[in-house]
Amino acid sequence: MTALGDLPAWAAFLVAFCVLLGAAVTLIGSIGLLRLSNFYARVHAPTLGATLGMVSILLGSAFYFTMLEGRPVVHEILIAVFVTLTTPVTLMLLARAALYRDRTEGSTEVPASEVVEDLIPPGQERPKERMP
Amino acid sequence: MSALGFLGWAIVAAQVMLGLAMCCATFRLATGPRAQDRILGLDTLYVTAMLMLVTFGIRTGSTLYFEAALVIGLLGFVSTVALAKFLMRGEVIE
Repeated sequence: MTALGDLPAWAAFLVAFCVLLGAAVTLIGSIGLLRLSNFYARVHAPTLGATLGMVSILLGSAFYFTMLEGRPVVHEILIAVFVTLTTPVTLMLLARAALYRDRTEGSTEVPASEVVEDLIPPGQERPKERMP
Repeated sequence: MSALGFLGWAIVAAQVMLGLAMCCATFRLATGPRAQDRILGLDTLYVTAMLMLVTFGIRTGSTLYFEAALVIGLLGFVSTVALAKFLMRGEVIE
């Protein structure tokens, strides 16, 4: 079943700790996805697994293969960099799409969109109310 | 219990936890009240499956699973972006 190679005891315990920690954090994030009440709360929960869980499991994997092969094996960094770069992009896009859908339906639970002409350009102060 | 035996059991326990996490994501994918909840469940499912493949790689000691995990990460990004674009605009390529 398992084909674990020869590792010193401390390395095995370190890999086991990293993998268990990552899996537990990912499970907590998914339970949050299941139990939180609305979409804007739920969109935060899985990022627990996409950041700390992912980094912890990949560290365990990189350390395991480094000890197993006797040379530095760091190709897990590829996955880590890629997931770290793409997760914010996808979730921002998804949250903007959800906000757009809620506003289009006239939902009162999301803040209304700002009109661009009402925004103050940077460096200017808010104009005083003029009396007619 | 030897250290390697402990590592084997730890990996099995981690896989069970990741499997439960995938079940949670699948439940949200199946019953999410709106479309954005389903897409969020799909994204979580992708990330968790990628981590599951990495633990399979540790268990078997082969680096083949790493490449599969990399492909899953790439495809998950593309699919979630495409689905979010579809929700926003009604079509993917304009």
